[in-house]
Amino acid sequence: MENTPYAIEMINITKRFPGIVANDKVTLQLKRGEIHALLGENGAGKSTLMSVLFGMYQAEEGEIRKNGKKVKIDSPNDASALGIGMVHQHFKMVECFSVLENIILGVEDTKLGVLRKAKAREKVVELSKRYGLSVDPDAMIEDISVGMQQRTEILKMLYRDNEILIFDEPTAVLTPQEIEELLAIMRNLAAEGKSILFITHKLNEILAVADRCTVLRKGKYIGTVDVKDCTRAQLSRMMVGRDVEFAVQKEDAKPGETVLEVKDLCLASKRSKRNSVNNVSFTVRAGEIVCIAGIEGNGQSELVYGITGLEGVLSGSVHFCGEDITHATIRKRSLLGMSHIPEDRHKHGLVLDYTLEDNLVLQRYFEPEFTTRAGVLRRSNITAYAERLIDSFDVRSGQGAETVTRSMSGGNQQRAIIAREIDKDPRLLIAVQPTRGIDVGAIEYIHKQIVAERDSGKAVLLVSLELDEVMTVSDRILVMYEGEIVGELDPKTTTVEELGLYMAGVKREVKQ
Amino acid sequence: MKKEKTPLLRSSGFQNLLASLICVLGGLVVGFIVLLLIEPSGALKAILAIMTSFFRYPGKLMLKYFGQTLVRTVPLLMCSLSVLFAYKVGMFNIGVAGQYVAGACFSLYSALAWKLPWLPCLLIGMLAAGLLGAISGVLKTKCNVNIVISGIMLNWIMLYSTNLLLGKVKSPSSPYTLSLKGTNPKALLPSLGLDKLFFDEKSVTIAIPLSILIAVGVWFVLQKTKFGYELKATGYNYNAARYAGMKENWNVIITMFISGALAGLGAGMLYLTDISPWETTCASVPAMGFNGIAVAFLGGLSPIGSILSSFFIQYITTGGGFVDLQVYSSQISDLISSLIIYLCAFVAFFRFFIQARIERAEKKKAEADNANKTEEGGNAQ
Repeated sequence: MENTPYAIEMINITKRFPGIVANDKVTLQLKRGEIHALLGENGAGKSTLMSVLFGMYQAEEGEIRKNGKKVKIDSPNDASALGIGMVHQHFKMVECFSVLENIILGVEDTKLGVLRKAKAREKVVELSKRYGLSVDPDAMIEDISVGMQQRTEILKMLYRDNEILIFDEPTAVLTPQEIEELLAIMRNLAAEGKSILFITHKLNEILAVADRCTVLRKGKYIGTVDVKDCTRAQLSRMMVGRDVEFAVQKEDAKPGETVLEVKDLCLASKRSKRNSVNNVSFTVRAGEIVCIAGIEGNGQSELVYGITGLEGVLSGSVHFCGEDITHATIRKRSLLGMSHIPEDRHKHGLVLDYTLEDNLVLQRYFEPEFTTRAGVLRRSNITAYAERLIDSFDVRSGQGAETVTRSMSGGNQQRAIIAREIDKDPRLLIAVQPTRGIDVGAIEYIHKQIVAERDSGKAVLLVSLELDEVMTVSDRILVMYEGEIVGELDPKTTTVEELGLYMAGVKREVKQ
Repeated sequence: MKKEKTPLLRSSGFQNLLASLICVLGGLVVGFIVLLLIEPSGALKAILAIMTSFFRYPGKLMLKYFGQTLVRTVPLLMCSLSVLFAYKVGMFNIGVAGQYVAGACFSLYSALAWKLPWLPCLLIGMLAAGLLGAISGVLKTKCNVNIVISGIMLNWIMLYSTNLLLGKVKSPSSPYTLSLKGTNPKALLPSLGLDKLFFDEKSVTIAIPLSILIAVGVWFVLQKTKFGYELKATGYNYNAARYAGMKENWNVIITMFISGALAGLGAGMLYLTDISPWETTCASVPAMGFNGIAVAFLGGLSPIGSILSSFFIQYITTGGGFVDLQVYSSQISDLISSLIIYLCAFVAFFRFFIQARIERAEKKKAEADNANKTEEGGNAQ
């Protein structure tokens, strides 16, 4: 049995859903002690494949082998019994518990119903030393950094003696420095004999850390390659099926008149006494892309809420095309020509239980084209309009305009929002993390759309956590740290390292 | 438009109907079992009495009872419309019972104390009930008080206020309010000759066709208008409604107002027929509002479904009144109808069950088709 080099194998897995083949004869073989990347666009079937491995779905065809022996995984419990563990993209932890308590949650060692933490603590400390995962076992989750939370998640898997570790897009929430640390930890784990499956769409990270890479496209198995023989371009071609331009093609900005002017803006924080946005001032002019960079949770979201009117401001002012809109209604801002691609498409951007066409008119359903004077919806106009947007922005869905939005893939939901917001022909486009959780092909598309908007004279305010995006798309970078703008950088002259230092609060410009 | 493409089994209307029928059947079976347990000898007769309801009587009497059943169906339908309207906007309006009481209170009071004609009475009752509902809405939006909690409390507040107020227009010798016929006949709803159709049953009035029109109106507003689009968006996703610039808080308040007004109008439509007076000593909130919740669910949360389900529930309630009281106690009819109503709570469950069955069958078919297609595809290459 032990003569196979593979820790876990998924052979010819086929999983169908009504009307779609999510996995079509996909093979994934994970060697012991290797870092294996799983690469694919959104909707390529990565999540389905992992759900099959975790027993959430049962595959119609194919088999799963552990150490060469066929196994049956009917539920997540079976998966953990086989030593498979996963670090989810969004951590699953109890915020008001300590690191140690979160690690042992679910596998508590008890005596007569009383927790025996001392022994667990020893094991956690031993593990964290062995793998170089520095954590403070007694710190509360809500008080520690995202990087340390992630290390807690990793320790959770190690504490359960998992041999196969799955990382689902682990770098999305980290700073450049933290990403380096994480990659080092992953190498460490692999060197200690753990097998790692690394789900990502960031090609640099694959090239930096992975031994082999399996690529999926539209549910089909494209191939498995040795990473050291590969280039970035080759990998992206396998993933997308065509050549992808990484560098966003754009000319120099020709900024025009000021469209948005934010002055000394302050917003109260819901969590602490400190303001979430503190004395922020900046302008965005027509024909330029201004990017707000920063690590998640430094006030970027709140700043946008203040500008778009989703949250009331404490003090300061917002002027839009010369008009004071500090306290204007959201509808008024929208009518003045403000478009907003929100950070959280499920919370704000879409009514998930509405059809696609109802969502596409969400910002203009009240216009005479879609509603009669008596207040009756013009259904056929709505459908026609939706079909035009679906066509020109290539939004894919099961039943066209009548698809319930909830059933669409994340990338296509995002496309729908972008279609809606751009087609409004705004004067200012506010895009908050427009490419979050979206694959390379779609990212390229979205970036092109944003640049096209700029070129047609629109002002663009982009909020992004992705360094690549910040560096390639923007014309000016403003870095936010703890609710304040700590630096203004020119993407042409600055470096990722410098940007990282500003984002981490190490460096800041002295205010005049 | 593209509706004809949906196969019958897949259409949600059909699934709702099927689920509702299963519930009704289940309720009758359980009811029968209960009757058997209490007194086996009369069980069959009793369940037949319930099921045949007014049809067991000869021509003229049947018409009369049929008419009365319809009259009592009206408030039930209006209460269920009230519930489903709020529900579509994401709120569970359990305060419908109190809003119904408010409608009864103010339409009766303005008829008996102020001697107003029927239309102002109806409107005042409706307005009062709407305002009571709006209180819940305001509490929700301003102070984030749960609609259910404020609704339940307002139910009791309203009940005792009503007893107090209507105590001023009751007959001196009994706890019942004065009859409209004797005090202020102008306040009786006009029948426009409809009573003649039901063997001169005077309580049959325009309320019956009006309530059906209102049901259709509710359906139209929710499905076809901008207003309905905004309300449903608020119900499905409050934050997205806000993001889209809708007046999300106003939508909650106006929904609760409309919901309350529907219930209040229902109460006016019953009490302004003089079919029964208000009992000023009653110590519990009338069941009508709560039954409206069950009826709304039995009707698959569709206004048109509510028309059918409210009639059905009233039909068996009337039937329950014909059960032999020598054999069973007088509460038995309430027991049977409450059993059916209780089973109605399972409509959603049965619907889910039916859908799961259909989907499983379809998936199998789709798989078979897919297998064929891949083979064909393979051959083509």
